[in-house]
Amino acid sequence: MLAMNDVQAGYGNVLALQGVSLTIQPGEIVALIGANGAGKSSTLMAISGIVPCRSGQILLKGKSINGLAPDRIVAMGVSQVPEGRRIFADLSVQENLDMGAFLRKDRAGIRQDLDYVFALFPILAKRRHQYGGTLSGGEQQMLSMSRALMARPQLLLLDEPSMGLAPLMIRQIFRIIKEINREHKTTIFLVEQNAHQALRIADRGYVIENGRIILTDRAEKLLANPDVQKAYLGI
Amino acid sequence: MDYFIELFCSGLTRGAIYALIALGYTMVYGIIGLINFAHGEIYMIGAFTSFIVATVLSIYGFPLAAIVVVTGISAAIWSSAYGYTVEKIAYKPLRNAPRLTPLISAIGMSILLQNYVLLAQTSDFLPFPELIPEFAFMEPVAHIIGSSDLVILVTTAISMLLLTLFIKFTRLGKAMRATAQDKTMALLVGINVDRVISATFIVGSLLAAIGGLLIASHIGQINFAIGFIAGIKAFTAAVLGGIGSIPGAVLGSLILGLTESFATGYVSSDYEDVFAFSLLVLILILKPAGLLGRAGTGKV
Repeated sequence: MLAMNDVQAGYGNVLALQGVSLTIQPGEIVALIGANGAGKSSTLMAISGIVPCRSGQILLKGKSINGLAPDRIVAMGVSQVPEGRRIFADLSVQENLDMGAFLRKDRAGIRQDLDYVFALFPILAKRRHQYGGTLSGGEQQMLSMSRALMARPQLLLLDEPSMGLAPLMIRQIFRIIKEINREHKTTIFLVEQNAHQALRIADRGYVIENGRIILTDRAEKLLANPDVQKAYLGI
Repeated sequence: MDYFIELFCSGLTRGAIYALIALGYTMVYGIIGLINFAHGEIYMIGAFTSFIVATVLSIYGFPLAAIVVVTGISAAIWSSAYGYTVEKIAYKPLRNAPRLTPLISAIGMSILLQNYVLLAQTSDFLPFPELIPEFAFMEPVAHIIGSSDLVILVTTAISMLLLTLFIKFTRLGKAMRATAQDKTMALLVGINVDRVISATFIVGSLLAAIGGLLIASHIGQINFAIGFIAGIKAFTAAVLGGIGSIPGAVLGSLILGLTESFATGYVSSDYEDVFAFSLLVLILILKPAGLLGRAGTGKV
């Protein structure tokens, strides 16, 4: 689905990614874990075409997407739920979802996906005409995920979906991520500081440090790895 | 009492024209955080285009209604083309530059366009053909409100209504609001932000062109410098209402128009600007973000 080959990317003089290589197979859940500032968000932003790629290659379904405009990348089936959710605060919940389906023209399909996200998160149906900014943190996370799903992505990029949420809400969000993956065969690339939760639902994981991938393995092996435990799992 | 109502009506008319221009300032500011100082010139170009088209059509003896429609459409298209081009050559290359840079570029664009019209046309005041006739049904109230005031108010009201519907309900309108709130997120949902920004300049220019046509036929003369004064006033109105806010721009414009009109009527026309700008200073002291603006939008 996705391959990054020795990608260097960043703004100005700062290279947030100093040679990141990874691959994601169709239908997988892959977690990217690492400390603050290690380059997790930049990896996702480079895939979405927001952070410019300086060298190396990003391949989506075998085609290079280097230098492609962000809207073209969305059109190729990549949606992102960014860090901090970035809800359009002055747009209603419904309008936020409309924006998620911005590039789609198939009305019937859009309606179907709207029903799907409302079934996934019934609270959003209740809040439909409220402004996005009036929602609670958990509801905003649901809205942000739903907005991304409205594009009917093949690859869903999730940046810190658990950040700032109550434990119960975190569990619900991770359960739904798993469900989206299973029911729609949506490939998921998950960035998390909450490494424990992320690795529990992921198939494989990558560990990033100072803009470089330092370790990759099956998720259960990473969970059992003493170095990972010490550095990221707090065990 | 009649005098009061007369001043009130002429204040509303003035405010309506300011509003048509102020919307361009406030929409562009809302979306890219730039005070487009060349916007007044777009309005002036709208007035000049109207002048040329209307004069030519009058010479050929077209009926008045046809002249008004064709003039309006030509001015709107021509001004939009200028607005679009100004953004493309003067602001787009500076999208990631420090905020002061595009501001200077805007001032440069303003000076360039003024002098271009000065050289290409004339420095004299040109008589603008009378496009709005005195309506018979307005006769009983003609001492209070003129026909052209009525046309200006109605046209402005319709433009505002259409703009509101456009922003609220269309795909592009929603994309504009989304882009104004969070440009990166707009990119992430697949909005072509460059195109949305262009569209914003086009809509703003179109409204300014309508303003240019209306005011030119109301006052009856134009020259190359009218954009500067009108631009400063409309900018003041936009700041008064809270720059970035669309209802704020309309409210600020009406308040400014009324203030000027009453100052002219009850004090002296020499003092209209004093009152207008004193009001601005007062509001900025009491409510720095403007009447309907949000605090903390950063500095210009």
